[in-house]
Amino acid sequence: MSLWEYANPRKFIETTEKLVPALSVLAVAALATGLIWGFFFTGDERRMGASVKIIYIHVPSAMMAINAWVMMLVASLIWLIRRHHVSALAARAAAPVGAVLTLIALVTGAFWGQPTWGTWWVWDPRLTSFLILFLFYLGYMALWSAIEAPDTAADLTSVLCLVGSVFAVLSRYAAVFWSQGQHQPASLSLDKKENVADVFYFPLLVSIAGFILLFLALVLVRTRTEIRLRRLQALDARERMA
Amino acid sequence: MIALILRDLRLAVRAGGGFGLGLAFYLIVAVLVPLGVGPEVQVLGLIAPGVLWVGALLSALLSLDRMFALDWEDGTLDLLATSPLPLESVALAKMLAHWLVTGLPLIAVAPVLGLLLNLAPEGYLWLLVSLALGTPALSAIGAFGAALTVGLKRGGLLMSLLVLPMYVPTLVFGALAVIRGAAGQAVSTPLALLAAISLGALALLPFAAGLALRLNLR
Repeated sequence: MSLWEYANPRKFIETTEKLVPALSVLAVAALATGLIWGFFFTGDERRMGASVKIIYIHVPSAMMAINAWVMMLVASLIWLIRRHHVSALAARAAAPVGAVLTLIALVTGAFWGQPTWGTWWVWDPRLTSFLILFLFYLGYMALWSAIEAPDTAADLTSVLCLVGSVFAVLSRYAAVFWSQGQHQPASLSLDKKENVADVFYFPLLVSIAGFILLFLALVLVRTRTEIRLRRLQALDARERMA
Repeated sequence: MIALILRDLRLAVRAGGGFGLGLAFYLIVAVLVPLGVGPEVQVLGLIAPGVLWVGALLSALLSLDRMFALDWEDGTLDLLATSPLPLESVALAKMLAHWLVTGLPLIAVAPVLGLLLNLAPEGYLWLLVSLALGTPALSAIGAFGAALTVGLKRGGLLMSLLVLPMYVPTLVFGALAVIRGAAGQAVSTPLALLAAISLGALALLPFAAGLALRLNLR
């Protein structure tokens, strides 16, 4: 039993057949719990008022926007090194999900910034690097859809993902260098004392779990679709040859 | 490799367009900005470093899609791939040729455009230095983007979407060096980071570009 068994598309489809409904139910349950708990059963923050509740969408989507890119990076590496097609298709499947999460983080951030900072947008390092991350997602998806030969497309987008990751990280630090931050520093961490009060912390954790599950479920569904699409194209090509 | 660089230079000069076009574009950007922003010299002086750097970015971008596309169309690239020279060296040669054709002239005209935009006198030296340190990175990153999209019919627009986000760190540090220099502040940190980006890009991106070319030729 090894992880590489799932590189077989048939095995992958069989396993995810049962996994997707379970993950979806769990995601909906966790999101419903986290969001309802957060929205209706926690108090308002002293300075920010009710707008603090955006945290339950903003923070998890921002976290997953970055993690989605990391997942694409790992999947691209697996494709380049071990040539497993499922891996390349998973990277392709994750890109639109990651792009939408980035957009959600940006838009909810704007809605949060309007009442608290008095502006929809500031050129803060975090905001700027998220905007740049969004552009990287767009370029990656555009390159995938522009190339017809599937293996070449997988190869070239993987190379782009590797090089793009380096430049995305560089842009992040360039942005820090370039402007003073308005955004507060990270509120959650594993090794330091949290600076979010417990009232907000626990629903936030549930909500983060919900976003992780949602991301997994969506990526699996999309990967299955991509595998079937690829299979359909192969059948189509065989038919035309015959 | 040197022969390849010389060939590219000769083509750029003789075929017309390739050589002067980037410069003309740079000039137009620098002329359009005051027309859009208004003629107040103080405002122009403030934004001059950014405008000069963004203009350099755009004019470097302009000539990228002909970097490999012409050789791809007439089959030269296939011959280069079968020659003893590895494709990584071909990519490096193309980067250097592109820099000589677009980067170097940009550095030469930038002070004149700085004059048009009322750049502070202290800024000129740092404008030259930052462009000299930063434009090799523009050529290297651009060559990677061009290599990725060389097989596509209409790759130009897609390539700008891929390349421009990667230009961000170069732009930030380059413009920052000029802004600080014009204000009489210390410039060594942004310049060092800019040089680091250029050297890193020139060291690593030929491999990525060579790989992309090989994949496209497969």
